[in-house]
Amino acid sequence: MKPIFEYTKGMREQDTHYCPGCTHGIAHRLIMESLDERNALGDTIGVCPIGCSVTAHQYFNVDSCEAAHGRAPAVAAGIRRAWPEKYVFTYQGDGDLASIGAGEIVHAALRGEKFTTFFINNAIYGMTGGQMAPTTLLGQKTTTSVDGRKKEISGMPLRVAEMLSTIDGAVFVERVALDSPAHIRSAKKAIVKALDVQEKRLGFSFVEILSTCPTNWGMTPVKAQAWLRENMIPYYPLGNFRCPEEVK
Amino acid sequence: MSEKVLMKGNEAFGAAAIQAGCDLYFGYPITPQNELTEYMSRELGRAGGTFAQAESELAAINMAYGGACAGKKAMVSSASPGIALMQEGFSFIASAELPLVAVNVSRGGPGIGGIQPGQADYRQVTRGGGNGDYHIVVYAPYCIQEAVDLIIRAFDTAGRYRNPVIVLADGMMGQMMEPVVIPQIRRQSSASEIAAEKPWALTGSGGARDRNVVRSLWLDPQQLEDQNIRLDQKYQRMKQELPEYQSVDLEGAEIVFTAFGTVSRIASEAIRLLGQRGIRAGMIRPITLWPFPYHAFEQIDHSTTKLIVSAELSMGQMIEDVELAVKGRKPVRLIQRSGGMVFTPAELAARAEELLSQYQ
Amino acid sequence: MSTRKLILAGFGGQGVLLIGQIISYAAMYEEKHVTFLPSYGPEMRGGTANCTVIVSDDPIACPLADSVTDLMAMNLPSLLKFESAVVAGGNIFLNSSLIRESPRRSDVNVIPVDAAGLAEKIGNEKSSNIVMLGAIINKTAVVRYETVEKVLAEKIFTGAKAGLLAKNKPALTAWTE
Repeated sequence: MKPIFEYTKGMREQDTHYCPGCTHGIAHRLIMESLDERNALGDTIGVCPIGCSVTAHQYFNVDSCEAAHGRAPAVAAGIRRAWPEKYVFTYQGDGDLASIGAGEIVHAALRGEKFTTFFINNAIYGMTGGQMAPTTLLGQKTTTSVDGRKKEISGMPLRVAEMLSTIDGAVFVERVALDSPAHIRSAKKAIVKALDVQEKRLGFSFVEILSTCPTNWGMTPVKAQAWLRENMIPYYPLGNFRCPEEVK
Repeated sequence: MSEKVLMKGNEAFGAAAIQAGCDLYFGYPITPQNELTEYMSRELGRAGGTFAQAESELAAINMAYGGACAGKKAMVSSASPGIALMQEGFSFIASAELPLVAVNVSRGGPGIGGIQPGQADYRQVTRGGGNGDYHIVVYAPYCIQEAVDLIIRAFDTAGRYRNPVIVLADGMMGQMMEPVVIPQIRRQSSASEIAAEKPWALTGSGGARDRNVVRSLWLDPQQLEDQNIRLDQKYQRMKQELPEYQSVDLEGAEIVFTAFGTVSRIASEAIRLLGQRGIRAGMIRPITLWPFPYHAFEQIDHSTTKLIVSAELSMGQMIEDVELAVKGRKPVRLIQRSGGMVFTPAELAARAEELLSQYQ
Repeated sequence: MSTRKLILAGFGGQGVLLIGQIISYAAMYEEKHVTFLPSYGPEMRGGTANCTVIVSDDPIACPLADSVTDLMAMNLPSLLKFESAVVAGGNIFLNSSLIRESPRRSDVNVIPVDAAGLAEKIGNEKSSNIVMLGAIINKTAVVRYETVEKVLAEKIFTGAKAGLLAKNKPALTAWTE
């Protein structure tokens, strides 16, 4: 019998600590599987953020470190200069990347750092217990916006992929979602292309991954997927913003 | 090969780091250390290393953290407010047990302060502004040649203990020029040497070993306590092995200065001036500020010494360590200037003489 | 000579720090001990610039000087700021092209040097600072002429500036008592 689906070598055989219905597991698998497919697990160094995925290194089967809150792109820039031939990636949530680490991600993009950032946008702080993120939608209730996010107080949600795609050094920018099998297949393709960009040393590559947080959204996993589809995707349109000719 | 050259302090610091085998340097402009960043941008690449200008001191220290995770010899430099911004990184790097060398060409504070020389970073570097139970080794050279030698040693100490080391200079030392010998000893480790010497480093597993993880987070309190105990055992070992000082004319001294860095040079001259007036003065010059050489004060000649003076370019910070060392056995008094004002040898001597007269 | 302590002061752009560095290099070439301590910061951008140079046969404890043996004042503010630092019997080298006033001190040697006039005379208007340096060496022998010429050739007028060496050498000996 020929197996049609296997546990990827990129993931360690261990249950994750993520909540039921959380899409971190899917994102982890897509990235690790893509690295395994190019036989790069032994040549990859990952940087984990502060947030729910701070201990993603328990699951990633690659050399990894933790970074202080928001600083993953700076840490990856250091690693990249140490080992220019390896794959280097950061895996960051929306509080980490779009709030406290907004400076680091912009400057990584403008220097055209030759690593890949996977940006998990679930419109909320997960690990600290459901506070408002820069990406929290207007009207969305969180523990620090109990009446819903208001534009007059907190401004409009930040569209990071669009912002970074204005920076020349960010040569590959795409937004994907993990709410349906079709979107997951597209997400995998974007991740593979981002790694292609890195392999060809073309510049900074960035994949924004719209994800769910059923626990802090206060929904069932199924409802959370529908909420993502109906509320996040209209504000955060999926698609490619920049792609170099070499990987099209 | 190693001949005397006339160099500005800041440039000599860079030259020393390159000879010590520095692979990666990350910096951000701030006075009075800019010539060091500029020197590294010019010279490190030519020597086979990599320079990057970060977008902030916060990014610089975290880039260095990344480089150190990867097993490379990484370095940052800055000046007082910039070092303050790096404190998060120092705590993280100490926690993750990574080697790192930082040069602090200090200036006046608090806040943005000023840009003239100061020593008010004493607490910042010896006590740490970062969170948690950690220590950073601090070397305080008094001249450019000693700074060169200590920067080379700092890379070795950082590597040996897998811990950050700060070399504390000041604006005067950074900006002045003196003839100096830079030993020509540069050697960079190859990728396979790094993998062999630093089995913990993130070099890519190559499929040959299990994956490595560099971490600072221990969510299980018992694990974190165990980690803190282990770190503390290392710090206790460092307290035994690292303290260094120089003592000058302690025998028969009526007054003993304690001074580090630039101030110890001023104190040397003040000792000479006091001698001309018939007053015997000596000095204890800490070379390591952490671990502080408390035991040096056991050498004070208790039969003659009437007064111990902590001479500082701050409102009085090192004096707390001096008092801990003296343990109330002798009066300890402060002579200080701050804000970038520097006492001259004559001013220091006159104030010391006046203080001494209170204890005759 | 055992120890000479010099303050060299003037406007930013008058080349006072360069003079300090030349003396420092020369002292090092002559295997003397030397420290060069410049002022730094925003005042360097077109304001006043000064440096303290100590040259000694013995190791130098302190690069700061309470009092100096020699002051080179390239402009009036420098004279006013530093003339009191000169020891009795010390020298004040006065750039008399710019400074009309006389020092208030009567216990020091005042050496007026028409730096700009002499520089013009030898056909190199930009060499006022080297003219002053020549006067300092002439009076103090802090370092030797030959060593300074070697420094100019090896450290200062190198690369694209090598052509300027021949035009600056005469400035060194332009001033005589």
